[in-house]
Amino acid sequence: MRWLREHLVLILGILVLIYTFIPIFVVVLMSFNDPTSRLIYRFDGFTLHNWLNPCEPEGMCSALKTSVEIGLLATLGSTILGTLMAFALVRHQFVGRSSMNLLIFLPMATPEIVMGSSLLALFVASGFAGQLGFWTILIAHIMFCISFVVVTVRARLAGMDDNLEQAAMDLYATPRQTFWRVTFPLVFPGILGAALLSFSLSFDDFIITNLNAGNTTTFPMFVWGVAQRGIPMQVNVVGTVMFLVAVLIVVGGEVNNRRRQRALT
Amino acid sequence: MASTAGVAPEVGAPPPEESGRRRGRTGYLLLIPGVVWLALFFVIPFYSLVATSLYDPNGSVFRGYEMTWEFSNYWHALQDYWEPLLRSLWYAALATLICLVLGYVLAYAIAFKAGRWKNLMLVLVIAPFFTSFLVRTLSWKLILADDGLVVNTLQALHLMGADGRLLATPFAVIAGLVYNFLPFMVLPLFASIDKIDHRLIEASSDLYANPFVGFWKVTWPLSLPGVVSGTLLTFIPAAGDYINAQLLGSPNQRMVGNVIQNLFTQANDYPAAGALSMILMILIVVMVLVYVRKAGTEELL
Repeated sequence: MRWLREHLVLILGILVLIYTFIPIFVVVLMSFNDPTSRLIYRFDGFTLHNWLNPCEPEGMCSALKTSVEIGLLATLGSTILGTLMAFALVRHQFVGRSSMNLLIFLPMATPEIVMGSSLLALFVASGFAGQLGFWTILIAHIMFCISFVVVTVRARLAGMDDNLEQAAMDLYATPRQTFWRVTFPLVFPGILGAALLSFSLSFDDFIITNLNAGNTTTFPMFVWGVAQRGIPMQVNVVGTVMFLVAVLIVVGGEVNNRRRQRALT
Repeated sequence: MASTAGVAPEVGAPPPEESGRRRGRTGYLLLIPGVVWLALFFVIPFYSLVATSLYDPNGSVFRGYEMTWEFSNYWHALQDYWEPLLRSLWYAALATLICLVLGYVLAYAIAFKAGRWKNLMLVLVIAPFFTSFLVRTLSWKLILADDGLVVNTLQALHLMGADGRLLATPFAVIAGLVYNFLPFMVLPLFASIDKIDHRLIEASSDLYANPFVGFWKVTWPLSLPGVVSGTLLTFIPAAGDYINAQLLGSPNQRMVGNVIQNLFTQANDYPAAGALSMILMILIVVMVLVYVRKAGTEELL
């Protein structure tokens, strides 16, 4: 009884955590499903078919390719723009700091449907209604990723000990050497985290993308389309792979961190 | 990715010290590319949206629209779509409340009870959300399906009638919203609770406060910044979401996002869609301002 009272919160917390994993179990399970009918979505039998033929559903792999391309380019663009802004915010003086903070905060506080519709309104008003596609999606994704990059990199920069940079300067390092040998390596984990966050935001976005996509199909749009018609099990293969890749990256980062910490002590 | 845990509480609040910042042009040069991008593709689109919402509704995308300052677009949009609009705010509010309860328990457990498993648990909170939003929501559809495990169990226990169902009910939609936006609640809550000095809680129990009073008078007030940013980060996207309503609900659970999306892509009624988007945005801004002001004063008390 006493044990239970002491650990009640932890047990409840673990239950909530288990709840968040329920759909993941289903996704993994369904990736091995051998469906008897396209219309009935339930587990009928075990097969490796879906894993061996991931590109069987028509259009899925090309949608996946589009999503990866847009994701990589959006990550590159937003990480560069956002990191530069984060450096300016933490390290430099400029006029209009509070409006700058507002400009960075607002895209995170605006519902996607509103951001998506206003971008579409802009593209239509400026005569790009016919050119909706890869590039308009990319523009939108860079836009909504920037703020997340800024806050992530800013948090890292603000928490950094600047004595190390002072020491480098005292030891006659030029500003350039100080930046590339001391500052940048220290900020890098923050930038990497921001890049991963950007990629997953971009890869997963549906609402803004769907409004500005024209005839281009990304992976979430493909899933949306098949959700009405009967879902190919290969969608769950992609879901499983995404989960595994994310876990590998995060665990790898954690192991690397521990090793570095152990090396320091 | 754990670095995002620190994101929310910082949002909007300028960093405290101004010292040690370099003067000169470099700051502006670093800002310009990002600011230009946000101005072109975030700020200016808002003007286009306002303009679109005031166009003559008799135009079309193909013939073009005339600007006639049709403020009646707003009135018509409200008349036609007040129901999905209110439903969105109501579902989002309920989902936020449930997220707060679940998220608080989880964040508290991670911050205070997890010990050396803290980092691992934090990673586990985020991990499921790397699987595509739509794939996750579809898997809820399977779990809640009419002949699925949950429904069958509830029926076997006679907690639900033989023709009862979970899919295509408000329950399914709100459950979907709760699930999908839970990390937006947990991470800011964790960041806040993790900062609380444990000695303050011990002091309250030394002074004969029972655990509930101690929680209510010490832990809860100290975690308020996390509560405020967590509820905002959950409520705002939930109010605009239509994926859960579409995949888990029926037309009776249509939310305002569904309507805006359809008006833009299927009905091609841009002025009505623009007006409805603006109404949603205005309602959310007003609610957020009132809420932040209220939470702010409570914090001072």
